[in-house]
Amino acid sequence: MITKDEVEHVGWLARIEIDEQDADTYATHLNTVLEYFGQLDEVDTENVDPTYHVADVVNVFREDVVTESLTQEEALGNTKSKQDGHFKAPKIM
Amino acid sequence: MVYHNPDGVMIGLEIHVQLNKLNTKMFCGCSTKYHDDEPNTHVCPVCLGLPGSLPVINERAVESAMKIGLALNCDIVPQTQFHRKNYFYPDLPKGFQTTQYDFPIASEGKVVIEGEDGEHVIGITRAHMEEDPGRLVHIGSIDKSKGTMIDYNRSGMALIEIVSEPDMRSPKEARRFLDKLRNIIDYLDVCDTTLEGAMRFDANVSIGGGSRAEVKNISSHKGAERALLFEIVRQKNLLRRGGTVVQETRHFDEARGVTISLRTKEQEHDYRYFPEPDLVPMRVADRTAKVVETLPELPDAKRERFTKEYGMADMHAKALTSEIRIADYYEEVAAKVDAKICTPWVADVLKGELNYRDLTIESYTVDDMVEIIGMVTQDKITEKSAVEVIRTILDSGGSAGDIVKEKGLIKVEDDVVSTAVAEVIRENEAAVVDYRGGKEQSLNFLVGQVMKKTRGRADAREAREMVLESLNK
Repeated sequence: MITKDEVEHVGWLARIEIDEQDADTYATHLNTVLEYFGQLDEVDTENVDPTYHVADVVNVFREDVVTESLTQEEALGNTKSKQDGHFKAPKIM
Repeated sequence: MVYHNPDGVMIGLEIHVQLNKLNTKMFCGCSTKYHDDEPNTHVCPVCLGLPGSLPVINERAVESAMKIGLALNCDIVPQTQFHRKNYFYPDLPKGFQTTQYDFPIASEGKVVIEGEDGEHVIGITRAHMEEDPGRLVHIGSIDKSKGTMIDYNRSGMALIEIVSEPDMRSPKEARRFLDKLRNIIDYLDVCDTTLEGAMRFDANVSIGGGSRAEVKNISSHKGAERALLFEIVRQKNLLRRGGTVVQETRHFDEARGVTISLRTKEQEHDYRYFPEPDLVPMRVADRTAKVVETLPELPDAKRERFTKEYGMADMHAKALTSEIRIADYYEEVAAKVDAKICTPWVADVLKGELNYRDLTIESYTVDDMVEIIGMVTQDKITEKSAVEVIRTILDSGGSAGDIVKEKGLIKVEDDVVSTAVAEVIRENEAAVVDYRGGKEQSLNFLVGQVMKKTRGRADAREAREMVLESLNK
């Protein structure tokens, strides 16, 4: 069972703020999802190869050839928060 | 001799090798040659993590990863794939790092190092591919920082993370392992290890079977040794005072030489790894034989060949193969001069002088080496003068020929030496009497006088013989 604390922790990992009341609702919802996965677990997969990717394709590569990059102006075009050609973020420790 | 490891030290290392010799990044065509360029000029929608962009794997990066795996005696797995490692940090524009999880491309290898008590095997747990994050620049000092500036030029560079078993028993062994590993990487020609950030290290340390601390932010081999020494003493002191070592991540402060606890809230399961849906799995094990063919002669094999082919002692072979550039240099010299003669000149003299000055082999050309060895073998200058020429070239440049002329190092003819000997014996009667009376040191004094008269150009050994000869007449 997912607890309220776990909901808050998962919220923190995803940087989503969850208030007290919502945490209870989400815990209920998430438990429903997990129960469904529990049902999937009951299926016998003994002789089934694991699926690593939905497309049954392997070895898609590209050659090591340089393509054009964006200009600094283009790269920074979507942000207001910049300084000396860099993206600028709040201070982090 | 057996090393007993009194404190039960166990060290494991994680080494990140940046594949900066590739033309492009891991998943996009941005150039890897960003080191001298403006920030955020080697970026595109893929390595900036813009929505809708699609990564595609650089085939040569996979080959380089296989080369590294094979050189470390690993197995290449039949099927391998990428995962997303999810966490938020501004150096990661996508909110996850594309890395490998339960199917690393290479696993279960080993490297043999010169351990505390002879050859020592270090197990290689795995080598996997991942992408480098961007580079963060703190505005102001780290504690008074007003913000963080981010340059994504490095973001998406191909990295190989090599994880060792905790098989090292001392900081010295850790350093030897790193030296050996760097040498192998240099031989493979997949990474210019001299570039900033080309190799970075994390270490796991535990003592006496206790919990291990992970030390991050180590950027040099010397730094690794210092960080580990500090960490072992810290853990020992903690235990002595009745404390316990907790499993944690610590940051190495290179300037102060200490490790500091980092309170991280994230645990392994918080990374919520899952298979990267934008990249399909790779089945490349069947390419192994082809990659093996492209592997160069590796350090251990070269060392063995040098002892056989050039008839040198293992000590010399080890010294010469400890860096690919020195090994290649030696072979160029040995192609022009008798190998037996040039071995000590390169392995002992030149390598010693370079180490002393912290210079690389590029500081002394093959031609200069061949010329100077030629002068010695043709008896034009003494061995002592040859060393002086090498030192002069390293310190202030110039050509061997000019330096020999300027410094008047051409060896003087025997008759000049014999004249000097005759003069010295005539002028220093007291010393001659002393010597004949049994005072051995007087001989040294007389030889010294001869050297002085010939301004050091006489061969000291020959001068000594000639003095002895006239004294015994």
